[in-house]
Amino acid sequence: MAMRTPLKTARQLGSAKEGADHFWKQRVTAVANLVLGLFLVWLIASLVGADHATVKAKLANPVIALGLLALIVSGTVHMRLGMQTIIEDYVHKDGSKIVLLMLNTFFAAAIALTSVYAILKLSFGG
Amino acid sequence: MVQLTLPKNSKVKEGKTWNRPVGDGSWKQVRVYRWTPDDGQNPRIDTYHIDQKQCGPMVLDALMKIKNEIDPTLTFRRSCREGICGSCAMNIDGTNTLACLKGLDDVDGAVKIYPLPHMEVIKDLVPDMTNFYAQHRSIEPWLKTDTATPPNEWKQSREDREKLDGLYECILCACCSASCPSYWWNSDRYLGPAILLQAYRWVIDSRDEATGERLDNLEDPFRLYRCHTIMNCAKACPKGLSPAKAIAELKKLMVERRV
Repeated sequence: MAMRTPLKTARQLGSAKEGADHFWKQRVTAVANLVLGLFLVWLIASLVGADHATVKAKLANPVIALGLLALIVSGTVHMRLGMQTIIEDYVHKDGSKIVLLMLNTFFAAAIALTSVYAILKLSFGG
Repeated sequence: MVQLTLPKNSKVKEGKTWNRPVGDGSWKQVRVYRWTPDDGQNPRIDTYHIDQKQCGPMVLDALMKIKNEIDPTLTFRRSCREGICGSCAMNIDGTNTLACLKGLDDVDGAVKIYPLPHMEVIKDLVPDMTNFYAQHRSIEPWLKTDTATPPNEWKQSREDREKLDGLYECILCACCSASCPSYWWNSDRYLGPAILLQAYRWVIDSRDEATGERLDNLEDPFRLYRCHTIMNCAKACPKGLSPAKAIAELKKLMVERRV
């Protein structure tokens, strides 16, 4: 029998006094993804059937390249925040939760860095 | 991980059948979850046959008829029998509601009755509300002020009083919290819809001077932000309230005080 009062159990470790930042970032990136996603659809549609040289030329335009970079950053931040929520919802064992939260960050960072590298390489004529 | 299947000793088995229909009558089957901590047996579903001509119109009337006339071992909470005390909250026909407000005729076929889901069962239809009440206590549901108490009452404008409509009616029956999957998975850390609605009721009260402190205590990834707007709470509430809306308002205030 746990010899502690129900109130002690309910209060746990107290409030973390954070969470609004996560909530706000998820909404901001969601709005950004909507706009940047439409931009991506337009970009892909305009490049259907294009050869490598045409794509490189298109991505050499800084507006196009920056739009794609923004989409990658916004998308991976949003992805990481969303998956973090799911892990916190369903994984309750402290060890596996910490490992999964770390892997989630590493995975999002890997996707972001790889994509950014690819866009920069094409943009700078690689 | 969350537990998605019932442990072996919680699997529900078919139980006894009571009061089989005899003669003319308007017979209704009531299938009730039964479990007692005393005999080491698995939970079972008992089937009771009720003649509606000899019974009041509500599910609670049927349960009281069963207890009074058929099987006195059936255990459930009830008090006011008019939807204001919240004692008879249970899962009827797949939805958490109050047995006293749910008509037998509102259910097609057999009336299936279980205790509120995902709460420890004490016996039959009686769930353990200890954690729920402790969570309510943790949000300090009373007026908090630093200003000296006025000689008469704390005054409030009509407009500010109206802000409490849709909140003060909550009877803490826990139908909403026990219907919320987020609360099922994290009831040790997530406060759940009922308690968050109560918390908002004090946050939005124009007379309360601890608004910031209250928001500080709620701003937590688990206490507040486990709500994913599933909306089961609003569907289940037997008083027609929307805890989901109250939680959304809390989230808005959290952003408002930082941007």
